[in-house]
Amino acid sequence: MARLTEENVRLAREIIARYPRSRSATIPLLHLAQQQDGYVSNDAMVHIGELVGATSAEVFGTASFYEMFKFEPVGKYLVNICGTMSCALLGADELIHHAEHALDVKLGGTTDDGLITLERAECQAACTEAPCLQVNYRYRFRVTNESFDQLVDDLRAGRLDGEIPPHGTVARVRQRVAADRVVGAVAPADVADGPSWFDGKAAL
Amino acid sequence: MTSYPHAPGFIAGDRPQIVTSRFQYDDSFTLERYLATGGYQGLKKALGRTPTDVHDEVKNATVLGRGGAGFPAGTKWGLTPQGKWPRYLVVNGDESEPGTYKDRLLMERDPHQLIEGCLIACYAAGLSQCFLYIRGEMAVAQERVATALNEAYAAGYVGKNIMGSRFSVDIVLHWGAGAYVVGEETALIESLEGNRGMPRLKPPYFPAAIGLYGQPTIVNNVETLANLPWLLVNGAEAYTAIGTKTSPGTRMVAVSGHVKRPGVYEIINGTTTFRDLLYGDEFCQGIRNDNQLKAFVPGGGSAPWFTPEQLDLPFEASQVGPAGSMLGSGAVMVMDHTTDIPRAALTLTRFYAHESCGKCTPCREGGTWLERILSRIVDGKGTDADLDQLLEVGESICPGAFPHASSSELGLSAVPFPYRMNTICFVGPSAYAPVHSALTLFRSEFEARVTKRTRIPVSGSVS
Amino acid sequence: MTTTETNVTSDENQPPVDPNAVTMSINGRSVVARKGELIIAAADRSGDYIPRFCYHPRMSPVGMCRQCLVEVEGPRGPMMVVSCMTPVADGQVVRTDTPQVKRAHEGILELLLTNHPLDCPVCDKGGECPLQDQAFSHGPGESRFVEEKRHYEKPIPISDIVLLDRERCILCDRCTRFADEVAGDALIHFTSRGNNTQVLTFPDEPFSSYFSGNTVQICPVGALTAKPYRFKARPWDLEKVESTCTTCSVGCRITVESSRDQLLRYQGVDSDPVNWSWLCDKGRFNFEAVASDARLDQPLIKRDGKFVETDWSTALRATAELVSSALRDGGAGSVAILGGARGTNEDAYAWSRLARALGTSNVDAQLGDGLPSVVYAYPQATIDEAANASTVILLGPDLKEELPVLHLRLRDASEKKRSKIVEFGSKESGLTRYAWKHTGHEPGQQVSAVRSTLTETAVVSQLGKGSVVVVVGRGNLAESPEFTMSALAAVMELVPNAKVLPVLRRGNVRGALSAGLGSGSAVEILERAAAGKINCLVLVGSDPLADFPDADLARRALTGVPNIVSLDTFMTTSSSQAQIVLPAAAFGEKDGTTTNLEGRVSQLSRKVTTRGTSRPDWMVAVELADLLDIDLGVGSVHDVFEQMVSTQSAFRPIDRTALKASPDGVLLAHVGSAPIASPVPDVPERAGFSYRLVVSRKLYDAGHNVANSPSLASLAPGAAIYLHPLDLDRLGAPAGSNVKAIGARTSVVMRVEADASVHRGTAWVPFNQPGGKVGELIDASALVNDVRLENI
Ligand SMILES: Cc1cc2nc3c(=O)[nH]c(=O)nc-3n(C[C@H](O)[C@H](O)[C@H](O)COP(=O)(O)O)c2cc1C
Ligand code: SF4
Ligand code: FES
Repeated sequence: MARLTEENVRLAREIIARYPRSRSATIPLLHLAQQQDGYVSNDAMVHIGELVGATSAEVFGTASFYEMFKFEPVGKYLVNICGTMSCALLGADELIHHAEHALDVKLGGTTDDGLITLERAECQAACTEAPCLQVNYRYRFRVTNESFDQLVDDLRAGRLDGEIPPHGTVARVRQRVAADRVVGAVAPADVADGPSWFDGKAAL
Repeated sequence: MTSYPHAPGFIAGDRPQIVTSRFQYDDSFTLERYLATGGYQGLKKALGRTPTDVHDEVKNATVLGRGGAGFPAGTKWGLTPQGKWPRYLVVNGDESEPGTYKDRLLMERDPHQLIEGCLIACYAAGLSQCFLYIRGEMAVAQERVATALNEAYAAGYVGKNIMGSRFSVDIVLHWGAGAYVVGEETALIESLEGNRGMPRLKPPYFPAAIGLYGQPTIVNNVETLANLPWLLVNGAEAYTAIGTKTSPGTRMVAVSGHVKRPGVYEIINGTTTFRDLLYGDEFCQGIRNDNQLKAFVPGGGSAPWFTPEQLDLPFEASQVGPAGSMLGSGAVMVMDHTTDIPRAALTLTRFYAHESCGKCTPCREGGTWLERILSRIVDGKGTDADLDQLLEVGESICPGAFPHASSSELGLSAVPFPYRMNTICFVGPSAYAPVHSALTLFRSEFEARVTKRTRIPVSGSVS
Repeated sequence: MTTTETNVTSDENQPPVDPNAVTMSINGRSVVARKGELIIAAADRSGDYIPRFCYHPRMSPVGMCRQCLVEVEGPRGPMMVVSCMTPVADGQVVRTDTPQVKRAHEGILELLLTNHPLDCPVCDKGGECPLQDQAFSHGPGESRFVEEKRHYEKPIPISDIVLLDRERCILCDRCTRFADEVAGDALIHFTSRGNNTQVLTFPDEPFSSYFSGNTVQICPVGALTAKPYRFKARPWDLEKVESTCTTCSVGCRITVESSRDQLLRYQGVDSDPVNWSWLCDKGRFNFEAVASDARLDQPLIKRDGKFVETDWSTALRATAELVSSALRDGGAGSVAILGGARGTNEDAYAWSRLARALGTSNVDAQLGDGLPSVVYAYPQATIDEAANASTVILLGPDLKEELPVLHLRLRDASEKKRSKIVEFGSKESGLTRYAWKHTGHEPGQQVSAVRSTLTETAVVSQLGKGSVVVVVGRGNLAESPEFTMSALAAVMELVPNAKVLPVLRRGNVRGALSAGLGSGSAVEILERAAAGKINCLVLVGSDPLADFPDADLARRALTGVPNIVSLDTFMTTSSSQAQIVLPAAAFGEKDGTTTNLEGRVSQLSRKVTTRGTSRPDWMVAVELADLLDIDLGVGSVHDVFEQMVSTQSAFRPIDRTALKASPDGVLLAHVGSAPIASPVPDVPERAGFSYRLVVSRKLYDAGHNVANSPSLASLAPGAAIYLHPLDLDRLGAPAGSNVKAIGARTSVVMRVEADASVHRGTAWVPFNQPGGKVGELIDASALVNDVRLENI
């Protein structure tokens, strides 16, 4: 429901400054909005449009293309069970079936306590560890029905709070560059020549 | 043969390690460990030589692209038009092809190696800014690369006057938000420009000519770039001494599915065969429960399938292509005799239908149609006319003969790769590939599932 | 004869070799194409039609629908390529007719139809639908798709005018590309992905674009429909003629379409020099006004202060009587004619002939809201020249509001990097965001703004880079036009090679002035009227009470004239003051020619019968002349045309044959020589707490074309005073509240709003808005007008 906070606007400007064109920061800023509110609100999209110089329709067009952005609140934990080939060969469908029962939700639904949203995801690049899942994009490998139940217990008991941030936060570490180390982004139209070090001589 | 618990899935062996040499350390991702194990020495060597010299070294080594197409990196760098500036490097870390699992390991376990590779590429090809695009769902990889970049900037390995030289370049960490098609290089560029990740038509939008912001842009896969530090330290000669002439060096391959020991292996390019990989002691050690091998996907979900008949083929594009498939992204998925083939095909087709960007009619409409028919068949509600209909829809996506493997049992000879296509990128054809392979090689399994009906119902006249 | 001579002769007979020509083959026939051209365009010219949906020649290709696949011979045999994105090449061998190509076309069509609802019987597009047509000619014949189709809520409004049916949409990216690429209003966009992709606006942000109707025209299916036309007709019942829109002076080529004698639709025609097939929504949808019940259909005559219906002969005889008694009592100078810029050239010419015969020069087609006609004496530029100039200098109104399609052409010039725009103005315009340089200035300061900006080093070097066109018009109705004329003179002094494109906005103002309807000036005529010196005033489609900037003068003038005759399509505020009101034929009801702002004369066609007994303006002039014993020597619109082109020097290059041969129109020859620079009037100081008034037009206003088109009427933003946000803060009035605006003569109460595009220290008020009284604040004799604002 909210526009970006003052602190997030500051971060947003820092991110925008890294790109030769501000539109490039659209997806990172959408993540920032989702980190702030747990989902991407309309107000935030309007705000992002203002920051990167796009219409809200364009921001929404971009945002809705990508699976990770949610436009309505989801649970604190988004549990994505991989259902693609290798996981399917090793029982993903059965695991999903179990999860639906254990949580008493259908795929796409959120538990009554608002804690967990269950989804089927596509290949998570952990195919050798099938079947696998992600909780807010943190992996659990070779998941069995028992280990799934244990995971749900742990989430409900808050035992994983340290390891797994609430939905919206993907990476907890941001790129941060000291002003005296950064070369700086230049709009492509303002560049006429190759980089100065690219002059046919060794650089050292 | 060791497997490292902090690098789940990775299994080392008594083989040369070009990109996985640090996986054995718990702290392999730190700058400290990196420097203690020869880190940034390749870059240092590079900076002591002219960019052209470094470019030549990479060309001489024939570093094949590891993202799927297998195009040599050195050659690609040379395709940028003369005198057009600026030029960019975009690193493809969007790894999402079903079965593929290597770039995530490289980013999580050895981010500095990737950073060093990026810098060498920028130096050699005159690229003035680098964007490192990591798949959105890879939280840990993003954290590790962010930390590594922060350390490297602070220590003078990235940014202004790298290692005290005249070479200055920024690496911007960028991350996606969940869309497989963004792995396609022109879609990656669209996404990096803040747009919907819809591929551009090549030609004219070859990134090397018209890429990011319309400027010449090199798109390279994570693993491709991770090869460069070792290459610069050891030289092209040492690199080409491993593997074959056309496929030098090593490559990372993830083997998953019904094998005893699924894992990510760094194998020798060009010589290792699928049989070695699936049955060899130092690799997967055979099929689970000693079951029979039914089929395997040799190069990621997009690749037409192989059967035991193709087991002796090596990881060599020039042999796999004529045999009817491709090596793609180094992902082998294994199906034993218990596998429900129509259902396996459905799983893959559903993936590509779901991941279609929606641009091309054949992919957007055809992919979903294939998925719908398949799931009808899997649910026991299909008719025999549906089988031909699958091929008809496929014909509208990929006209003409579609590649497939030979089968002496069925009396089929191979149709070589590649196919003709009515779409912009390979997502559309990829939705069809599993259907076509499954139907060609295992048609009886489909026939057993459908009811006989000679004519399908007509839903309405079109004209 | 020597060999050399032989060569020379044969060279002369050969057309010169075009260095950009490439020779290719399409379906076995050799075709000459141009380098860079796309295969699909070359095939169109060679007569090998390739089916397509997403390709549109005026937008960049996307290769999205894949319908236009063809085979091109490659090194490894024939390759399937999309012809809409593949350029021609010398020696290229293209086939559009092989079994493989046919199979591909069928396959794509079958796929497109899988999710299409096939509700053709209830679809506006049925009968002229590319999807339907191509399914017929290239489709598979029957659908084998037995699954459930995509379902969405049936048509949802995406703006006040346009509805979207997502089930019918085939995702060709035409509307979305148009919105972004052509209109610059990226308010509709693809959302979601893959099979769920749909076109949508942002929640609660409608597709409020002045150009939204174009998306309906270019939609290849019935996904986008326009409210004014929905369910009104089936395409096979429509009859059409080509004509020229006269809503503004761009003069877009259109088709006028009707069924059962009712105007139902205008569609843009692709005229290369003018509108490229685009129209603005005002021009496209104001056919509703022609069909409005409020139209006048009988002559009216005032008896005891009330209008009563009468017949034409009575009305005309009464009119003749008014004119002759005026001539008798006050001489020719006591008869005045205002208007004529909304009709045809023939209308204007007939009235100007009558005026000359009467001996009066109290004649003006403008209403004090344009520029003096000497502006046409500068070397003239065409729209094409402006849209291809290296530098375009804008000295005038917001083109997006007044001449929308010219705005599109210049926006395109800037976006495609052909032109750099240097803009001067007291308010930012629709083109400001595309301008290379925008110099804001207070009213009356344009000369110094021009002098300082055009002498900056970077600007000087830009101006030296190629052709320069000055687009000049009336940007502010609350300042003297002399400022603009002086600024233009200053530009011409600094850039002597520049050409000028005057952008007076009324539909046929250029034609009317060229036909001789500009011998007087509206300001002087109204002043004379107010002073009681005009006895009979004829309003030819003009409404001074609504359109003359100075409301007080207009009021005094109309009260000061004893006898007013109004010839109009609607009862206007001014006609209600008349003694006699004559119903005029409207656009679409009459034949003739019109002249656009660049002097392009093109044909205007009659499509429906005139309303009631209404008559074209020219005919009224001729009949009136008859009654006054003046023989104009014409009996038909054809005669008027012939006489006009043979007597009016401005029209000399025009003749029937030339017009027939060139549907895009024929340019007037340039007459006159550059005027002597006029001296710059001194601008009075602005008092500390007042704002200098800027009054200009919005596309939608209270004018009768808009007000009588139900789909457009509600789009007028309404009257308000707009201040820069900082000025509004200073005033301390909340946005949306009412303030008292105190002018030199009187004060009015108006809503106040913030707008960052307004220059600080100025107050911008849109002219002629419903409920607006800004005219009360304008004194036409003052150089500039100031207002003080007070909170109430
Ligand atoms: C649908 C599609 C998905 C792809 N996904 C990836 C991917 O996830 N990662 C990757 O590196 N390359 C991917 N590619 C290949 C890239 O387009 C590109 O060829 C590659 O990044 C170039 O790097 P390389 O030359 O170093 O291999 C994909 C290609 C297609 C057509
Ligand atoms: S083939 Fe599919 S994913 Fe690729 S561009 Fe076309 S629609 Fe998009
Ligand atoms: S017209 Fe060429 S792809 Fe649509």
